[in-house]
Amino acid sequence: MQKFDKLSGIAAPMPLVNIDTDMIIPKVFLKTIKRSGLGVNLFDEMRYDRQGNELPDFVLNQPAYREASILVAGDNFGCGSSREHAPWAIADFGIRCVISTSFADIFYNNCFKNGILPIVLPEDQRDVLMKDAEKGANARIEVDLEAQTVTSSDGETFTFDLDPFKKHCLMNGLDDIGLTMEKSAAIDAFEGQVSAQRPWV
Amino acid sequence: MSPKTLYDKIWDAHVAHEAEDGTCLLYIDRHLVHEVTSPQAFEGLRMAGRKVRAPEKTIAVPDHNVPTTLDRANAETMTEDSRIQVDALDKNAKEFGIHYYPVSDVRQGIVHIVGPEQGWTLPGMTVVCGDSHTATHGAFGALAHGIGTSEVEHVLATQTLIQKKSKNMKVEITGHLRPGVTAKDITMSVIGETGTAGGTGYVIEYCGTAIQDLSMEGRMTVCNMAIEGGARAGLIAPDQKTFDYCKGRPHAPKGAEWEAAQAWWETLYSDDDAHWDKVVTLKGEDIAPSVTWGTSPEDVLPITATVPSPDSFQGGKVEAAQRSIDYMGLSAGQKLTDIEIDTVFIGSCTNGRIEDLRAAAEILKGKKVKDGMRAMVVPGSGLVRAQAEEEGLADIFKDAGFEWRMAGCSMCLAMNPDQLAEGERCASTSNRNFEGRQGYKGRTHLVSPAMAAAAAVTGKLTDVRDLM
Repeated sequence: MQKFDKLSGIAAPMPLVNIDTDMIIPKVFLKTIKRSGLGVNLFDEMRYDRQGNELPDFVLNQPAYREASILVAGDNFGCGSSREHAPWAIADFGIRCVISTSFADIFYNNCFKNGILPIVLPEDQRDVLMKDAEKGANARIEVDLEAQTVTSSDGETFTFDLDPFKKHCLMNGLDDIGLTMEKSAAIDAFEGQVSAQRPWV
Repeated sequence: MSPKTLYDKIWDAHVAHEAEDGTCLLYIDRHLVHEVTSPQAFEGLRMAGRKVRAPEKTIAVPDHNVPTTLDRANAETMTEDSRIQVDALDKNAKEFGIHYYPVSDVRQGIVHIVGPEQGWTLPGMTVVCGDSHTATHGAFGALAHGIGTSEVEHVLATQTLIQKKSKNMKVEITGHLRPGVTAKDITMSVIGETGTAGGTGYVIEYCGTAIQDLSMEGRMTVCNMAIEGGARAGLIAPDQKTFDYCKGRPHAPKGAEWEAAQAWWETLYSDDDAHWDKVVTLKGEDIAPSVTWGTSPEDVLPITATVPSPDSFQGGKVEAAQRSIDYMGLSAGQKLTDIEIDTVFIGSCTNGRIEDLRAAAEILKGKKVKDGMRAMVVPGSGLVRAQAEEEGLADIFKDAGFEWRMAGCSMCLAMNPDQLAEGERCASTSNRNFEGRQGYKGRTHLVSPAMAAAAAVTGKLTDVRDLM
């Protein structure tokens, strides 16, 4: 997994609340058996017309935001299904960080498996960054994972909370499965104990 | 011992390892797998030379992609990319030696209907699946939730999940439901009350007399939509109804093992003085037959209401409500019962069980689907389908003018040929009314099976109580 350390980039504003996983990556693109190549279909139904032409009003089609690496989003981003195709598409587009007041649980967890940092901020701070993002390509937002800070183009800095284990894995690009397998003795012992106590499992 | 919630008890019984910072390895008792979210996980195992750690606890069934037409045995009915996913599941199930119900098996169906039906899902278990509606299995007092594909791979390889504990939320439905009101109306009304993010960070336990009154099928409907309220999982404490449902199922314990299992299951309830981080209470008598008007499951109202004005909301929801109303082709102040529909879909992991079909058939008996409408019933599994045929329900549907389909996810998410065309409006017993969910620019109104049947008869969203 790609490591996450510091990020300085253009942020795209998406103030709509409850942006769901069907909006992020519509189901027609779930029929892949690969993880890559979904960036072109990110937000597909909001981004293109039925003939595949770009809709000029959509934020990621505007010249200032084509190279966005950060999304500043409305409340409850990523609600809906468990499809990891959503963070795959986001990462494949080149977005490494999403900032909102809240994220749906499964989407939030999925981000960390794919080198994406989801940042939760209070509404007023998110709104400052939303305004900043609306300025376009001249406004670069800085994210420092180690310091747990995000800084607007005007130099206003906010700190965010993050689970220390998730931070550690993201900073070092660690593979969860490898880490868990180091604890296989504990899993073996637990499995033995459970099969004695609850043999029907 | 300090008092515990049901969630606390199941959690404590499954922690295989706890790190100093509270990060746990939660042992997984049942892993359900379908064709859409698993191919990349199996591919990951192959690349790393890993095996499935507990194939005997891993159960796979194709459901999202499969056509539901009667001629589906003919490979031509599936698109190339769908067939690739289903073939990949066939191959992976064989290669890794996991339990498998192929499309040709009468037991095939929606994974969340097959699991309980076959006795894989039992009280006190941890159950995961790469699908958000895994919450369904919480109806048995099992801790069940959806996971992403990376986590699917993690569970396949280690039979554990890296987890931190969620908070405890109690949703109590007091009293009893009135006639015409169902489990679907309970679960939609709760989301209307709490919002789609109201459960974020929590595991919900549903309790109260109106919940106890429900059958296992109804309880599955309630827990199924816990995810639409943002919760990690929904739970209902097991009771005699739960035990009766499980007993005799193919993979349920038998004999002395059953006795031991039930003895443990009977300890699975929240202690009287357990701590709750959040409590929501609704009166069963206050819940009405409900319907969604917008494009979020929180956009729910009693059928007797009118489409709200966006100005009646606050913050970002004002813009979202306006967008929903535009997308849905409605206008503020319009009576919900004046909304004309052209499609009815009865099915899905929310409402594709035998009781759901009985409720819809009860309304349809001796009536006809309104001219020009498309109406389809998609049983949740091959066994539900067979039982409905035996009970004569299939004939009622067919006589009324419904299409009688084979089992699968169907129009709930339109990854298969069952889709809405642009602008079509559907009364649907599924779980999500998101933009494009049932087909590009399709419009979804979520309702109970009885309400869907009523809408099929009148061609409009209808208060089912008027037809009872």
